[in-house]
Amino acid sequence: MDAIITAVIVVCSIGILCAVMLVVAAKFFAVEEDERAKQIRECLPGANCGACGYAGCDGYAKALAEDGVKTNLCIPGGDGTAKNISEILGVEFEDVIEKVAVIHCHGDCEHTSNKMDYIGIQSCEAAKTLYGGKGKCSYGCIGLGDCVKVCTNDAICIKNGIAHIDTRKCGGCGLCAKTCPQKLISVENATEKVAVLCSNKEKGAVVRKKCTAGCIGCKKCEKNCPAGAITVVDNLAHIDYEKCTSCGECVKNCPVGCIVEL
Amino acid sequence: MMKSLIIILMTSVLVNNYVLSRFLGICPFLGVSKKLNQAAGMGAAVIFVMMLATAVTWPIHNYILVSGGLEYMRTIVFILVIASLVQLVEIILKKYMPALHASLGIYLPLITTNCAVLGVTLNNINDSYNFIESMVNSLGCGLGFLLAMVLFAGVRSRLESANPPEAFKGLPITLVAASIVALSFTGFSGLVEGLFGG
Repeated sequence: MDAIITAVIVVCSIGILCAVMLVVAAKFFAVEEDERAKQIRECLPGANCGACGYAGCDGYAKALAEDGVKTNLCIPGGDGTAKNISEILGVEFEDVIEKVAVIHCHGDCEHTSNKMDYIGIQSCEAAKTLYGGKGKCSYGCIGLGDCVKVCTNDAICIKNGIAHIDTRKCGGCGLCAKTCPQKLISVENATEKVAVLCSNKEKGAVVRKKCTAGCIGCKKCEKNCPAGAITVVDNLAHIDYEKCTSCGECVKNCPVGCIVEL
Repeated sequence: MMKSLIIILMTSVLVNNYVLSRFLGICPFLGVSKKLNQAAGMGAAVIFVMMLATAVTWPIHNYILVSGGLEYMRTIVFILVIASLVQLVEIILKKYMPALHASLGIYLPLITTNCAVLGVTLNNINDSYNFIESMVNSLGCGLGFLLAMVLFAGVRSRLESANPPEAFKGLPITLVAASIVALSFTGFSGLVEGLFGG
């Protein structure tokens, strides 16, 4: 009988000691959480896409409540979310600049061809490790759909061997841009009208042999742009969207048709 | 002295690996091994908790339970002590080291009463190790856990892109892969005898 009583006393006293310790710790080391951060978190869509530049929705909610960052950074949430956040924080509402992903390659089956029959692991990342992908152009879209798999809006499809983005469905979160092993995808303001759909940096003659839709770096767009927004660097045209007026002069002048209207 | 400590460390990391030879702590091994950084975070948390738990339970056993003749109560006392200790550490981390809490914190509640942690503390008593040997043993077990997690995260990333038959997809093929990894660890069984001459 004595053995049982000692056991009960010892174990109970250890238990009580632990409990007291935890209660004291919870009181002394309590972390104050901002109520507003919790409210903001409920407004956010919870996609954890990272388009705002913070690590997930929790990170953005915390930054909003504590550091007073801009309320219009949540792109998937759009104006509705920005309005709700502004109300909680009591600041003026700002429009969300809607974004859209652009794939800088349009070398589909009609313009280019494969250099090998690839039957390995069906992912762009795996295919890229084997001689830079199955296509002749090692800069272009591999077309095995790594971007399709990560897209939460079902906005990307593979057509004619390359990825296409449905701009109506695209939320502009940029998950595809992070995933693409070829770094072909960029996220631009949805108001932009023109884009260079090629990423090949090789010389014109080399590009021409591989893909009839590739940028040959002829600089015709650079010379004809009235706003001076286009520069050709490394045999590839770049559009500076800060200067671009969306006049469409470059689209008309491009001899290979790699600058197109979105 | 040094040699015996090295033997304990080698044994617990490779030969008697807690996950792959003794089959303790399988739940986090299968649950958190999908991504390498998560697996490494979990492994680090386990090392920390194992050493902390040993540092506390060994004195409790040898100074409180033994003197009261209550050795048979050690399982229940250890569960109690380890669980509250880990909670305490989590509270303190959250207050003073939010960055560390963000990376380790989510794994800490998962391993409060994990059988691998409990197993280490109980085995330290069963093998009648002294305090230093116990600490080395728990460090080794934690490192072994980390090694198993990191190895298996690599295997799983390959499984992601593999194309097994429909019925094997997901958990079944993961279990098959785990058993093969465990099988490969039996290759270490003669290691310590071979290196240190038994």
